[in-house]
Parts: sequence; structure tokens; C-alpha cells
Amino acid sequence: MIELKHVSKTFESKHQQVVALNDVSLQVNKGEIFGVIGYSGAGKSTLVRCVNFLEKPSSGQVIVNGKDLGQMTVEQLRAARQNIGMIFQGFNLLKTATVYDNIAIPLKLTGVPADQIKEKVEKYLAIVGLSDKKAVFPNQLSGGQKQRVAIARALSHEPEVLLSDEATSALDPETTDSILSLLLKINRELGITILLITHEMHVIQKICDRVAVMENGQIIEQGHVIDIYTHPENTTTEKFVSSIFPSDIPIEIITELEKQGPIIQLTFVGPSADQPALSMLSKQFDIHTNILSGNIVQLKDQPFGKLIAHIKGAKVETDKALNYLREQGVQVSEVKHNG
Amino acid sequence: MANFNEVFDRWGGLIWESTLATFQMVTISLLISIIIGLPLGILLVITRPNKSFDNKYLYRTLNIFINVIRSIPFIILLFALLPFTRLVVGTSMGVRGVIVPLVVYTAPYIARLMESALLEVDKGVLEAYEAMGIKTKDIIWHVMVREARPSIILGITIAVIGLIGATAMAGLVGAGGLGDVAYRFGHLRYEPEVMYVTIIILVIIIQVIQTIGNILASRAKKD
Ligand SMILES: Nc1ncnc2c1ncn2[C@@H]1O[C@H](COP(=O)(O)OP(=O)(O)OP(=O)(O)O)[C@@H](O)[C@H]1O
Ligand SMILES: [Mg+2]
Repeated sequence: MIELKHVSKTFESKHQQVVALNDVSLQVNKGEIFGVIGYSGAGKSTLVRCVNFLEKPSSGQVIVNGKDLGQMTVEQLRAARQNIGMIFQGFNLLKTATVYDNIAIPLKLTGVPADQIKEKVEKYLAIVGLSDKKAVFPNQLSGGQKQRVAIARALSHEPEVLLSDEATSALDPETTDSILSLLLKINRELGITILLITHEMHVIQKICDRVAVMENGQIIEQGHVIDIYTHPENTTTEKFVSSIFPSDIPIEIITELEKQGPIIQLTFVGPSADQPALSMLSKQFDIHTNILSGNIVQLKDQPFGKLIAHIKGAKVETDKALNYLREQGVQVSEVKHNG
Repeated sequence: MANFNEVFDRWGGLIWESTLATFQMVTISLLISIIIGLPLGILLVITRPNKSFDNKYLYRTLNIFINVIRSIPFIILLFALLPFTRLVVGTSMGVRGVIVPLVVYTAPYIARLMESALLEVDKGVLEAYEAMGIKTKDIIWHVMVREARPSIILGITIAVIGLIGATAMAGLVGAGGLGDVAYRFGHLRYEPEVMYVTIIILVIIIQVIQTIGNILASRAKKD
């Protein structure tokens, strides 16, 4: 659906050049939600803005829906953009227009016949749950409601692709969740492909199928969310993953505990996350378990959990216990105190 | 009170006529100035570096041109433009004769006021409309000018007040108006009552205009 091939973007200012994108290649499949995560300045905004040519790449190709944006005339590009919705961190609504007009005006300007405008505005306001706010001005809405209007505005053009540039970054956690649920809903019910960028792992975890991690204008790692969670390869990726699983156990405690048995990290994916594997251990083997830290999160399609536990007992017994866990589909790795 | 009635009887007709003359000069030259100034203001915004119609030469030329005109005081402009005025409207006298210099004086001022009003518009909104595949001309009119309306109204209010000030000198080319009455009768013929009455009328007009401007602007704001 969206394909970036070796896209680079360099900003030239008077005295310096900033390489915002450095040979980025990426493919977003039809119907999926693809997330791009990275720290501030990584080049995420530049990346999404290249997808609808708000930013023209310095080199490389951007192909949306089989068509190369770089080869288009101005008119063709305008038509292509109508098929690519975009939402922003700052909502970008007209302050001087009602909620209704904020959706109706762009429809009118893109040549939608007058008799269809009302119908569309009402349909998409209903989808975002704001039918009762038609006559209200944006200043009277909360951030979450403004973003809903912006989403309705984007959807009203019935695009196949929706780009989101930090759409939830200005919102509180609860509102963020409700907007993310809405994005998931429109992805599932309307089949819209979504490319979103964020600096919060939480956003990726909740709705993304695949994720790319960006640093210094490059994609340093990409894959299915679950794989990135279980096997992060890059240090930056690891940092993002551990932002969800904070587990700073003081080194003194680790050194002390290790004398009495191994400290292990258990990673549960899918069904194994629901089972009380750990509590079964002390019943079946002559050991004691002690959970040092842990968390289970719900990824888009499956639960995913990480526990750090201490297993106290004779080596024979602890080894048997670990084997048992592995048989249950749990990933086990030992936490090293010098690591 | 008797004094007031006396002044009114003697000068009422004249003052009324001059008030009308002032209104006439202000209205006509304001309309023409907006028609010229608003597009110039838009041009100043969109030909800026990195804007939709980035054009260094046009932008700089326009900038210098506007600055040059704006540095000439109205009274000098009035005389300097005499031949030009005659060329355009066939006379340099009366209301018709004063409209040309008033417009030349006000249009660049309005262009500047429009420019600053338009620059205040949130870049993000313009970008959102660009991303929706909307034509640049529609973005300029339906987004930029629309969103700038409150500031545009305040800008025009300022321009009107400046324009009323400038019409005080219209008497010099025989166009009449309140300022002319105050000067001729109040100063030259030493009839201070006339001067005070005109001052009071001018103060009231300015107050009313500013108040209307503020109300309209805050209505357009929709907060
Ligand atoms: N218009 C521009 N002109 C010059 N440099 C720019 C421009 N836009 C972005 N940059 C630079 O490109 C780099 C990447 O910026 P970008 O906005 O894509 O980062 P980001 O990952 O979106 O960051 P954030 O999370 O802060 O939004 C930064 O170093 C930034 O300063
Ligand atoms: Mg950004």
C-alpha cells in the first residue's frame, strides 16, 4: 500500500545541512497498522510527511497505492493526496468554523457534490462519536474531541491510507487510549491502512501490527511488534521495550540472591501469558519462587508478559523447573548481575 | 445651552455637510484601498521565501515599494501626486481629487496590516489542507483569509482611523470634510466653538468605529 524506496531527505539551511532521512526503505501492507517509533529528532515526522509529499524527498521513491508520487503532476498529486488522510498532534482545525463546517469545507473544496456533503459529515461524525457537537466551535472542545473531529475530517474523504503524526502526543493517557481504540476501529471496520508515528511504546503495543524503530534518520530495526518485544536487537529498541517493563533491580540484591539460586527472566507470549506457570513450579519441584518485578501487557492480538523471578533451591531442582517452564512455551533467560 | 443652540443654528448645516463629506471620502477610499491592499498583503505572504509562491524578486520589490510610499507623510503625498491624480481622475480638486492620494496612502498600509494578520494563521492548518489535496488558491481564500478575519477586521479598523486623520488635510485640495471646517473656521477665522464641536464629533466617530471593530473582531473569533 505504501512503499518507500531508499528515501533520503536533507534540509539545507544557510550554514548547515541536516540529514533528516538517510536511505529509508519501508513497506506498509494493505490493511495493516504500521508504527514508527523513535526519539525526538529521529526523523519520524519527516518520514510521514514524505508519504504525502508535504516534504519532497531529496532522493528515493514514494509509492502509494502502486503510484509513484515523484512522477506526478501537481493535479495528479492533489488527487493522490485526497486518498491519503492525515492527522496531526496539533489537530489543525479551523478555529473560525464549527465542527460541521470543519468537515464540510474541505469536502466542498475537493469537489464533493453539495447533496452528499451533509450525509458524509453526519456519517463520519457519528463514527467518531461527536454527532451532538455539530454546531460547536473547536475552542469549546477538549483535545480528544478535537482529534476526533480531525479524524472525521480525514475519514470523510474516504481515503485508503491514514497517516498519523503523533496524533495522541498532546493527550492524556485515558484520552490517548480512546483515540487509539478509534483508530483500531476504523482500521478494522473501514479497512483503512494506517501509518502512525509516535515516541510512546504504549501506542505501538496497543494497535500496531508491525513497527519500525528510527534513529538518526535511519530505520534501525523493524518487524512484527511481538518479535520486536521478545527479541529486540538494537539498544535503542531495547530501551523502548523496557520502557514498558521497568525492572531496575539493585545490583546488591542480585548478587546476594544469586548465591541461593538463579535469577531468571521469563517472557510469556500469547496463551502462555495467561497460565499460572510460575505458581505451578513450587508445587511440582522442591523450590521457592520469588517475583522481583513483572508486568503483563496486552499487545494488539495477544498478551505479552515479562517477569523477573528468583528461584531458590538446589541446582538439580532449579534446572528441572526451568526445563518445565520452557516446555510450557515460556522463554527463559538468566539475568546476569554483571550485565 | 443657549450657547450650544446658537452654535448649532449657525454652523449645524456646515458641520453636517462636512461630516458627510468625511464619510464619503473615507468610505470610497477605504473600499478601493481594501481591494488593492488585501491582495497585496496576500502577495506579501505567499511570495515569502519557503511559501507557496516563493518569489524573491516580487517579494523584495513589493516590500521596498510599500516602504517607500509609507515613508511619505500624507500632506506631501497629496501634492507630489497632483499630476498623477489629474491623469487618473481628470481633476486634482474636490472629493474626487482627494480619493487618489488617500488610496495611495492607505492601500500600502492595509497591505502591511493584512500581511501581519495573515502571517498569524497557524501553519499547521494550512498544511492540513494541503495534505487533503486542496488547491492553493482555495487554501489562501478559504483557510488563510478566513482564519485571519478577526485580525483583518482589527487591521481595517486601524486603517479607517488613520484614513479619517488623513482626510483632515483634504481641505487643502478643496474636498471639505470635518478637518477642513475645524481648520478654516476654528483656526483661521477664530471661531473656537466650531473647532470644539468638530473635535467632539471626531472623537465620537473614532470611539464608535473602534468599538464596532472590536465587537466584530471578537465575534469573528468564535472563542
Ligand atoms: N523544515 C526543516 N528545516 C530544517 N531542518 C528540519 C526541518 N524539519 C525537520 N528538520 C530536522 O530534521 C530532523 C528530523 O526532524 P523530524 O521532525 O522528522 O523529527 P521527529 O522524529 O519527528 O522528532 P519529534 O519527535 O521531535 O517530532 C531534525 O534534526 C530536525 O531539526
Ligand atoms: Mg515529529
